Amino acid sequence: MSALLRHGRYVLGENPVTAVAFGLFVVLILLALVGPSLAPHDPLASDTARKLEPPSARYWFGTDQVGRDILSRVLVATRLDLAISLSAVTLSFVVGSGLGASAGFFGGWTDRIVTRVTDTIMAFPLFVLAMAIVAALGNTLANIVYATAIINLPFYARMARAEVNVRREAGFVEAARLSGNGSARILTVHVFPNCLPPMMVQASLNLGWAILNAAGLSFIGLGVRPPTPEWGIMVAEGAAFIVSGEWWIALFPGLALMLAVFCFNLLGDGLRDLIDPRRRT
Amino acid sequence: MALLRLAGRRLALAVPGLLGVIVVTFLLNRALPGDPAAFFAGPAATRQAIEEIRARLGLDKSVPEQFVYYVRDLARGDLGTSLTTGQPVLRDLATRLPASLELTLAGLALAVTVALPLGVLSATRPGSWVDHLARVVTTAGVSLPIFFTGLLLVYVFYFLLGWAPAPLGRLDAFSTAPRQVTGFFVVDAVLAHDGALAWAALRQLALPAVTLGLFAMAPIARMTRASMLGVLGSEFIRTARAAGLAPRTVLVTYALRNALLPVITLLGMVFSFLLGANVLVEKVFAWPGVGSYALEALIASDYAPVQGFVLLMATLYVFLNLTIDIVYGLVDPRVRIEA
Repeated sequence: MSALLRHGRYVLGENPVTAVAFGLFVVLILLALVGPSLAPHDPLASDTARKLEPPSARYWFGTDQVGRDILSRVLVATRLDLAISLSAVTLSFVVGSGLGASAGFFGGWTDRIVTRVTDTIMAFPLFVLAMAIVAALGNTLANIVYATAIINLPFYARMARAEVNVRREAGFVEAARLSGNGSARILTVHVFPNCLPPMMVQASLNLGWAILNAAGLSFIGLGVRPPTPEWGIMVAEGAAFIVSGEWWIALFPGLALMLAVFCFNLLGDGLRDLIDPRRRT
Repeated sequence: MALLRLAGRRLALAVPGLLGVIVVTFLLNRALPGDPAAFFAGPAATRQAIEEIRARLGLDKSVPEQFVYYVRDLARGDLGTSLTTGQPVLRDLATRLPASLELTLAGLALAVTVALPLGVLSATRPGSWVDHLARVVTTAGVSLPIFFTGLLLVYVFYFLLGWAPAPLGRLDAFSTAPRQVTGFFVVDAVLAHDGALAWAALRQLALPAVTLGLFAMAPIARMTRASMLGVLGSEFIRTARAAGLAPRTVLVTYALRNALLPVITLLGMVFSFLLGANVLVEKVFAWPGVGSYALEALIASDYAPVQGFVLLMATLYVFLNLTIDIVYGLVDPRVRIEA
């Protein structure tokens, strides 16, 4: 453990960007937790006398077309955006790695069915599939989570399958079997934990993509409904005002979105350096 | 000959993919909210009228029977009728597809022409400014939400600088579309010897294409760099250098050709992202392609166009992967021999 810590300190020292990303990650989580109480104004209170005001001392990020404070809305939206992507990634991590690990471990029919299902999902352009799923299941927030989880499923399933497959015949698995462990126990207790590190890297990189996807869906009017503050929908609301020069409505939620994705991507890269120094690029 | 055999085998492999796509679109079709019969009949319809429509649409049949009808309609090219435009979905999609293809292909071409040299240069000079530039571009490219990039470009190049035309479709209000040959306005205008029109179309195309290009550039440059670095470190490159081959020959004929293989595989994935991103970019730039068509229909709860769109995108993607496999065979002779 202390070796890992030392290695971690070495990686952070060598690559300060990862340290910055980690700091950003902590800030994001804090904002998601306490964002609503930090917001200087009510994110839903409109004031038409003060609509479309540029950033000022009173409204740091300006106001939108109905006079709502953009800073408050951006802050409050953090929780929703992180919640959507975290739950989607968790869902596809659990289901995908479960399916993939059983496919890799048991082979045969399980493998064939899982591979066929993941191949079918991958046969669609993924964002288009997510759109279709939300359109079919109904335009709700829960369905955004399901759609995002489904389109991410193949990545976890394939990775878990490959990782389990290479360890299936390993010495420690045979030893475990000889000592009387059942297949299910070997898979869950012995094989799967060994596959976790690369899967965690994948999850971290995937989180950024999941946020982008969910925001993209709400940008085109699916899932989150106005006036709920959410980054994607706020950018969509600001889009109409870009051509007339009111840049702040779309810019700040867009920047928040970008920062979150940037943070998760850097964190994923850093995590990969930590776990597998050979794959550094 | 070997290449033909490879193509044939890949085509056979694409069939289950297409089948899966058809089954999934059918299932999504069945899961759609609301009663389509009641929707078609309108609010004033009697119960009997709704039942009649249900029978006419085949919705009173069992699910497997409905699937057979669905496949039969697909085979006839019948994707249903759009309620909003009143036209057959297939015709709507056919008139709007060239706009989307023009945009996607322009974006992809732009991405490849910038990303490949960028990746190669940063791999040959690790740690140089080109390398850092490549890193910034690739990290920004994967982190920027594509609709946000589009809006930023509109703000800078339309509102601030005034270089770009208003983000409102393929042509400004004063121009008329050229006679359709390919459906790509820029190409058609050139074919019609109308320089001014070609320029106008190109100006409209520039910003959305750059938006898509920036997005696609990141993974291509990243993969090219990583793959080039791997190949340049291998022994046959050292041998080629030791044998005194010209640096250019070593770089292009020996290294790049081998390094391109994973990049070609990646292009399939990039195209999948591009087809999705296309929807967002079309919305930002009011581009009259299939994506904005599907979105308009989706908002009006008009589902036949949405299904037609999903089916079209998935079919395009399956055939694109097929093409990529064949190109892979062209670049890598080993694949041909295995076939």
